[in-house]
Amino acid sequence: MRKSIDQINQRIRDGNAHVVTAEQMPGIVAELGEEGALKEVDVVTTGTFGAMCSSGAFLNFGHAEPPIRMERIWLNDVEAYGGLAAVDAYIGATQQSTTREEQYGGAHVIEDLVSGKAVELRAISRGTDCYPRRTITTELLLENLNQATMCNPRNAYQRYNAAVNTTDRTLHTYMGTLLPSCGNITYSGAGLLNPVTNDPKLRFIGSGVPIFLCGSQGMVIGEGTQHSPAGGFGTLMVTGDLKQMSQDFLRAATMTGYGVTLYVGLGVPLPVIDTEVVRATAVRDEDITVDLIDYGVPSRNRPALKKVTYAELRSGVVNLNGDEVRTSSLSSFRRARLVAETLKNWIERGSMELCIPTRPIDPKKQVRPMHETVKGPRVLDIMDRNVVSIGENEEIKTAAQKLLKGETNHLPVINTKGRLVGIVTTFDISKAVANPQKASLVRDIMKKKVVTTTSDEAVDIAVRKLEQYNISALPVVDAQNHVVAMLTAMDLGKLFGGRWLK
Amino acid sequence: MKLLVNFSRGKGRKPIIAQVVRDTGVLINVERAVIDSSEGEALIDVPDDACRLVRDRMADLGATVRILEHGVSLDESECVDCGACISICPREVFSFDTDFRLHVVEERCILCGKCMEACPHHALTLPV
Repeated sequence: MRKSIDQINQRIRDGNAHVVTAEQMPGIVAELGEEGALKEVDVVTTGTFGAMCSSGAFLNFGHAEPPIRMERIWLNDVEAYGGLAAVDAYIGATQQSTTREEQYGGAHVIEDLVSGKAVELRAISRGTDCYPRRTITTELLLENLNQATMCNPRNAYQRYNAAVNTTDRTLHTYMGTLLPSCGNITYSGAGLLNPVTNDPKLRFIGSGVPIFLCGSQGMVIGEGTQHSPAGGFGTLMVTGDLKQMSQDFLRAATMTGYGVTLYVGLGVPLPVIDTEVVRATAVRDEDITVDLIDYGVPSRNRPALKKVTYAELRSGVVNLNGDEVRTSSLSSFRRARLVAETLKNWIERGSMELCIPTRPIDPKKQVRPMHETVKGPRVLDIMDRNVVSIGENEEIKTAAQKLLKGETNHLPVINTKGRLVGIVTTFDISKAVANPQKASLVRDIMKKKVVTTTSDEAVDIAVRKLEQYNISALPVVDAQNHVVAMLTAMDLGKLFGGRWLK
Repeated sequence: MKLLVNFSRGKGRKPIIAQVVRDTGVLINVERAVIDSSEGEALIDVPDDACRLVRDRMADLGATVRILEHGVSLDESECVDCGACISICPREVFSFDTDFRLHVVEERCILCGKCMEACPHHALTLPV
């Protein structure tokens, strides 16, 4: 048996759709079997409520009189990004207040707006002919904004590793307070209620799909940043209208000693069209495993002490090397349930229908670490991009004139295709002028074996070449052997007193 | 019942708690104590019916005694029932009920304040 999304939507419109939460599914499947559950259930709702730092909102304030092109913007002393059009800004959840530090931040501004409180906008500008005003201060309510669109780059992690601390001091992390000597374990995530966990192949979670976002009817934009479903860590980028949101599902928070974050409530409805959906939504806390990570190691590659399931974590104690260690959740399972139940209610009432993603999300992607470039300066940081070159068939006299005019001692020689074939120096020219009968063209006197460098090579390597070959300049070439710049001993002087020596 | 005892160590450094135990015969449980060179503060637990007896005797010996009616208090409008406090508390004041709602057993609280710091939502406060 198979159902189509259209059939399910028709049932939603008729008020006959049978909607259950993901928490109910394992029981239903155990009782009715997969086929029975498929026949019985039309929609499974999911939900999660936890700290999601990668959140924020685009705000449009409308134009003032006289108008201002806001360059730097503060909302209740929290800086918002103003590198957008004149009266647009992005307030990020983790940005901290200039006056209250971690006690107040972007997340609090967003919560204050949603709860109906006035927020003070301050902005400054250089002033332009079209936007003469230089400063503005005003109090704004959410209703005064033209748009207030939440747009969160990374929400709803499929699961999250649990945290512990093996050091002898208390750690303050984004995973909360971690007591010394493995004194406690913290974890986050809704386990069996989590949206992506119930659709790990991302068959129904993708661009354009309607969701519950902080009490509003929002939408999935696409894959979230750091999306890594290959290892079980898929994420979503989502959007919703701040004006429809509720404080019940949106809360600012402070992780002591770490900073400000936003608790976001998010749920996705999943259509039960085949037994594969039934099987995926029957996932239990016992089936979802995460690593218990030692946050005492200050590295990207923190060691995992053991594997734990959400069932163990939620039980309140985890056995670690023979000790019973107590656990703390940082996300709220009770509110996650409330998200899934509210979403269920919406669909039963017919106020939300389902759809197939307009663009799917890659279920196999794997996040990569940062591409780190060499720490020291590279050739491109100091090379001279003004290249004076000469053709191999030019006369030596022309080369002499170019050297004089270009105020340089080195002329890279190029062929008719523009590729590097040799190099001539003032010494080579002098020698040729002193013995005029021997040669008349550049190609006759040039050095054909040219030592070169590339723009992304470390300066230290290029310097080594200069020393090794006892030369004072290196042509900088691209992959096709075109000369893009020159690196001379003089350019190395830029390193001194510059930003590379501190 | 819990009593918060403050005493100066300026004169004679009298063993006030031991003295009161001997004088009254009431068994005192010291739950938390901070003592430095000039003063000390101890949180003690005594049976309810002996509370006044202990308080009066300690006051006689020069200590300032306050009966603590309340432990940590939870602001339900701020709490989201995350449970960050549960594993932090040394006295297991916090737990989840069957609906994953945070349950607080105030009587166990020794006012150490660790939970206040760990609460991401500023939902916990100590009585002043």
